[in-house]
Amino acid sequence: MNATDPPAALASPRAGVAVQVLGLVKHFGAVKAVDGVTFDIGTREIFGILGPNGSGKTTTIRMLCGLLKPTAGTALVAGADVATQPERVKNGIGYMSQAFGLYGDLTVEENLRFYGGVYGLEAALAGRIAWAKQRMLLAEFGARLAAKLSGGQRQRLALGCALLHQPPVLFLDEPTAGVDPAARRLFWQIIRGLSADGTTIIVTTHYMDEAERFDRLAFLSRGHLTAFGTPTEVKRTFGEGMSLEDIFVKLQESEA
Amino acid sequence: MNAGRLRSIIWKEFIQMRRDRATLGLMLGIPVMQLTLFGYAIRQDVRNLPTVVYDASRTQESRELVQQFGATGNFRITREVASYEQALRRVDAGQAHAAIIIPDDYARDLKRGRPAQVQVLVDASDPTASQSAIGAAQLVGQRGNLRLTAQRFGTAFQPGRLPLDVRVRPLYNPALKSVLFIVPGIIGMILSNLLIIMTAMAVVRERESGTLEQLIVTPLTRTEIMLGKIAPYVLVGLVQLTAVLLVGHWLFKVPIRGSLLLIYAVSLLFVVASLGLGLFISTLVTRQAQAIQTSFFFLLPNVLLSGFMFPREAMPAAAAWVGLILPLTHFLIIIRGIVLKGVGLAELWPQTLALVGFSALFITFSTLRFHKQME
Repeated sequence: MNATDPPAALASPRAGVAVQVLGLVKHFGAVKAVDGVTFDIGTREIFGILGPNGSGKTTTIRMLCGLLKPTAGTALVAGADVATQPERVKNGIGYMSQAFGLYGDLTVEENLRFYGGVYGLEAALAGRIAWAKQRMLLAEFGARLAAKLSGGQRQRLALGCALLHQPPVLFLDEPTAGVDPAARRLFWQIIRGLSADGTTIIVTTHYMDEAERFDRLAFLSRGHLTAFGTPTEVKRTFGEGMSLEDIFVKLQESEA
Repeated sequence: MNAGRLRSIIWKEFIQMRRDRATLGLMLGIPVMQLTLFGYAIRQDVRNLPTVVYDASRTQESRELVQQFGATGNFRITREVASYEQALRRVDAGQAHAAIIIPDDYARDLKRGRPAQVQVLVDASDPTASQSAIGAAQLVGQRGNLRLTAQRFGTAFQPGRLPLDVRVRPLYNPALKSVLFIVPGIIGMILSNLLIIMTAMAVVRERESGTLEQLIVTPLTRTEIMLGKIAPYVLVGLVQLTAVLLVGHWLFKVPIRGSLLLIYAVSLLFVVASLGLGLFISTLVTRQAQAIQTSFFFLLPNVLLSGFMFPREAMPAAAAWVGLILPLTHFLIIIRGIVLKGVGLAELWPQTLALVGFSALFITFSTLRFHKQME
């Protein structure tokens, strides 16, 4: 048995929990990027992971997506173990990056078809593409090149591509960077709708006003979990009268 | 490996290729254009060298001699001049590249059995260009000698029965036309250079636009991503090969003596090796501009050291050794062998084996690097 394997008792997810992070550790040589982080994310939660650059936020997300193998500990994401079943993890999650990951020289329809094919949708593909176009308000833009879409439309297309295979867990990495306020509001409406339908949503962001929208959030700092809970609870941890923004700035200064 | 996922990425690659009309045009236009340019411009056998004649002898014999020079095809007699100085001036001025000087006692000396002297001035500032002219001039002299010797000793002494009769028979390319040598070489040049750049660019473009980051979060394996990106360009390579073969055959009359099937089979191997090299370059760089620069780094050795233009036999040992680690060097031997000599795998297996090795090495190496990079 490998030392990094999780204890047998933890190998099956608890009911109502979509993601279980269990003593997650990642070292890059002597650098302890993530140094023993444990928390749960409930099903249907809109969950924020916050932290300044270098806090271990990106490394944590990469491990949760099955891209990086943990040095120790593990996490269960959508019922799969990130340390031992990264390929199963990838099938169970959707991921939307800051760069959107769209092909500008492909049409809306072709982008959807491509990502649907990549996720192995065959018979269900046509139906899912129709669903994505309707749900993301892109029905009339099917034949338009992705490069010709507005920022908000591109963002929604990226979201649609990430949801074609109906993943139970959705990761959004800095989702609203460079999108206008109206499109941002529309985006969050769609996200709340997805959550109501049963999708668990994990978001990383720098926008502190967005953090207020999260059901719960985790503050990371120097590879450790420094605060965890609802926005109100987190504020209380750091003292009354502090906004999330104040807390973020304070953490960032303490790192410098 | 999942066939459906692989198919998706290949399908996507073809759509992108089709959308980018300019690049698509270049992919097909460049090979044909380069072949035409190279085929006409690179000719190491200089024929029709503009030649002036100063014939002071003005006899039947001297006119015959001038005719023999013209008959070689290397000399094109442009005009007669009235003096040695005039002939020299024309060569100095570059109006003529050769001058044939026949002294006034030429015919007289011949008749009396004295050595008759003829001078041929060749502009040898370009040694390659002048070489064939010099060879041709010497040949005219030797032939004349043989004929005269035979005449002098009567019919009993035939040229074929001279004490020493060395005959050189040029094989495969009897007319010694360098276009025959160049065209198969260009196939290799074009395939390798274009394919290396195109693959490197295709992968780096995904990295630049952030789609590569997206792809690795999907169930696509790294191997599927690599193969999916390569496969469409294998087809492009084969289309380019066909275009160049057709133009070479129809425009430059290059015969294809060996098996066409074998040409495609080994070219496929070479295409994969080149794509592998392009893939490897793509793992070394992050920007498209860097990808182009790095590809050019391989371009020069490909031209200089592979045997494409300069004979590898004449290279210093170190340069020849460096040439051996270029896939093009091995491919040139193969393609010239098949196209010009009509030989097959029985003769060419060592080079074919080398190509197999390069393909495996480049692709394994770049897949490993790609994996590491993505972590």
